[in-house]
Amino acid sequence: MEFAPKQDQSKNPVLIPVDGPIQRTQYPYVTGTSVVAIKYKDGILMAADMGGSYGSTLRYKSVERIKPIGKHSLLGGSGEISDFQEILRYLDELILNDNMWDDGNSLGPKEVHSYLTRVMYNRRNKFDPLWNSLVLGGVKKGQKYLGMVTMIGVNFEDNHVATGFGNHLARPILRDEWHEDISFEDGVKLLEKCMRVLLYRDRSAVNKIQISKLTEEGVTPFPPYSLKTYWGFSSFHNPTVGAEGSW
Amino acid sequence: MESLDVDGPHSMGTTIIGVTYDGGVVLGADSRTSTGVYVANRASDKITQLTDNVYVCRSGSAADSQILSDYVRYFLHQHTIQLGQPATVKVAANLVRLLAYNNKNMLQTGLIVGGWDKYEGGKIYGVPLGGTILEQPFAIGGSGSSYLYGFFDQVWKEGMTKEEAESLVVKAVSLAIARDGASGGVVRTVVINADGVTRNFYPGDTLPLWHEEIPAQNSLLDILSAPSPEPMSM
Repeated sequence: MEFAPKQDQSKNPVLIPVDGPIQRTQYPYVTGTSVVAIKYKDGILMAADMGGSYGSTLRYKSVERIKPIGKHSLLGGSGEISDFQEILRYLDELILNDNMWDDGNSLGPKEVHSYLTRVMYNRRNKFDPLWNSLVLGGVKKGQKYLGMVTMIGVNFEDNHVATGFGNHLARPILRDEWHEDISFEDGVKLLEKCMRVLLYRDRSAVNKIQISKLTEEGVTPFPPYSLKTYWGFSSFHNPTVGAEGSW
Repeated sequence: MESLDVDGPHSMGTTIIGVTYDGGVVLGADSRTSTGVYVANRASDKITQLTDNVYVCRSGSAADSQILSDYVRYFLHQHTIQLGQPATVKVAANLVRLLAYNNKNMLQTGLIVGGWDKYEGGKIYGVPLGGTILEQPFAIGGSGSSYLYGFFDQVWKEGMTKEEAESLVVKAVSLAIARDGASGGVVRTVVINADGVTRNFYPGDTLPLWHEEIPAQNSLLDILSAPSPEPMSM
């Protein structure tokens, strides 16, 4: 970048880039909230709600935020939905080119996660990020993989991952109750517990969730459904008795 | 006296709606274009043609939405020639998305693409700020849409007839106009189905009256010269 010396409002010397307007980081418009995923006995379980918020308005309630990638991976995305849709297009191209080699090999989850990490980090370096936090899970040749990338390129893999609010509300539950080779039923119940807490405590959450399962055999996206919520606690009925005005 | 902002960028505050019904789609919009507080055009046409069978409802910056729809019309025209048959609604919507997404830093426009093609029938696609694309059974947009979320949550149902869909759209735009200062004027609708395209026009004075609105009179003088009501008798 070329710079030219100028003076700012307080007459301090500053360097201004010469070629064109400074590219600013954008801001998100339509956003998805948490994604939560765990490794279980046969593979990966991933959950996310179907909400697309527009600021504080819960504008869209049927947004699919978990998508299968190739034969071996699942991608869950939170953050700006238009950027998530663009990432799906990039991955489409990646998988297509991989198939065209026709060499019997196919990109596994580790490779896809690595690709995404590079894309996210390089965009961040150009001050033009894809405004997403992504969860990439998969199984290939019996090896389970679960990783996460954020819009600034922070990435890691673990036995359980979450994005956004999920990091604060879901992961503590997972740290406590997840164990190696957890069964499908226990895994689903655990994810539902996390999603219910998120529904209570995350104001961008929407009560319509999508859980997807990924095993060596392939991806099974389950139909969207709603969680029951519990309000029948005696302390909820009259919380301000004895302390009028409190909440 | 504070100065009025009459030189602001032309923006269509707007209410725009797109609804699918059994056999096609109905697109609707108000007709107000404002520059700041001044109504620059009280009879704008915000439902713009992209091809014979696909139209788009424009909201947000008037300039941005116009230039975007001009580009899409241009590309679709070439695409239609190359394809040898009418473009599908999906292709039109994805072209809109492409431009909206790739220029997201510069554009401020939300669009609703609606049309009919022989493969999928009537379809509505929402393309809000940012360039997300979402296929929906119905879509609402523009500043006036804030007042319609509850309304649609309550009255929307699948498989309406053409008449039900159109009267729903007119009612909805009219409700939004009642509460949104940036929406007003007339209600325009465009119905697209296998038989073609029909444009309709509902002038402000034909729309229903809502809470605290009263019927229009020619003059006070008419009211005064009207016979006074009879006293009640026991």
